[in-house]
Amino acid sequence: MPEAASLMPLDWNTIRVALGGALSLLGALLCIVGTIGVLRFPDVYTRLHAASITDTSGAGFVLFGIALMAPDWIVLVKIVCILIFLMLTSATSSHALANAALTAGLQPKIGSMRKGPHEDEASP
Amino acid sequence: MHLLGILLAATAFWMANSGHYKPLMLGFAAASVVLTLILSLRFKIVDREGSPYVRLLGFLAYVPWLTWEVLKANWVVIRACLRADLDISPALVKVRTTCKSDLAKVTFANSITLTPGTVTVEIQGDKMLVHGLYEANTVPESFIGMDARCARAADPKGAAS
Repeated sequence: MPEAASLMPLDWNTIRVALGGALSLLGALLCIVGTIGVLRFPDVYTRLHAASITDTSGAGFVLFGIALMAPDWIVLVKIVCILIFLMLTSATSSHALANAALTAGLQPKIGSMRKGPHEDEASP
Repeated sequence: MHLLGILLAATAFWMANSGHYKPLMLGFAAASVVLTLILSLRFKIVDREGSPYVRLLGFLAYVPWLTWEVLKANWVVIRACLRADLDISPALVKVRTTCKSDLAKVTFANSITLTPGTVTVEIQGDKMLVHGLYEANTVPESFIGMDARCARAADPKGAAS
């Protein structure tokens, strides 16, 4: 009822939409962080680590935010399914990519990146 | 037995995803579930791994711990991505696992990959090649806890198989 809603502006429906939006925004920012990492890191294997931020926490927070904003439980179940499948498949695909790179003979760069020439930091 | 597990899972999945319970739609549901069963029989994937519901409780206990680990590792990699000074020191290490069944090994390898900063590159027998973003965090000892939890969550109780 409207008067109850105006008396209690902080009911659960208001909170969950706001919180869900904030969490989705956080997830989007984490995706951007992952992309920055992909651009900055030196080789395939290290770039995979950066991409896994986008896969896990980025997608996780976005989906958790959407789940909070879900209108009914049917949608909620679908989002949970997406989350489960995404976690299973993103790990598998990361492993497949790394394994393919190793099989193709690509040697990972080992050791501290500080000693090497700093061409990575030079580019904006 | 395993066929029954897949039947129940497929039915529950359809029910949870559709939200339509008219007779026509339920008929389609029955048809699609039966088709799924026929296909999985033809692919010969109706076995212990095809319906791993016995160890579902173990997995449920494992997931919150893994989520926390993933969040902690995320923080490390996020800092590495945004730091002005690129201070990563990638390393390759061999990790020996105590997991016996294939399911437990896959769970362990996927957990390592899912945790940002570490990727399982190769699995051979009970040895795994892991690539890590920081040398200090990627020592074989740091995976012992995860290995033990995976073995507890996914390995059969009698340590057979």
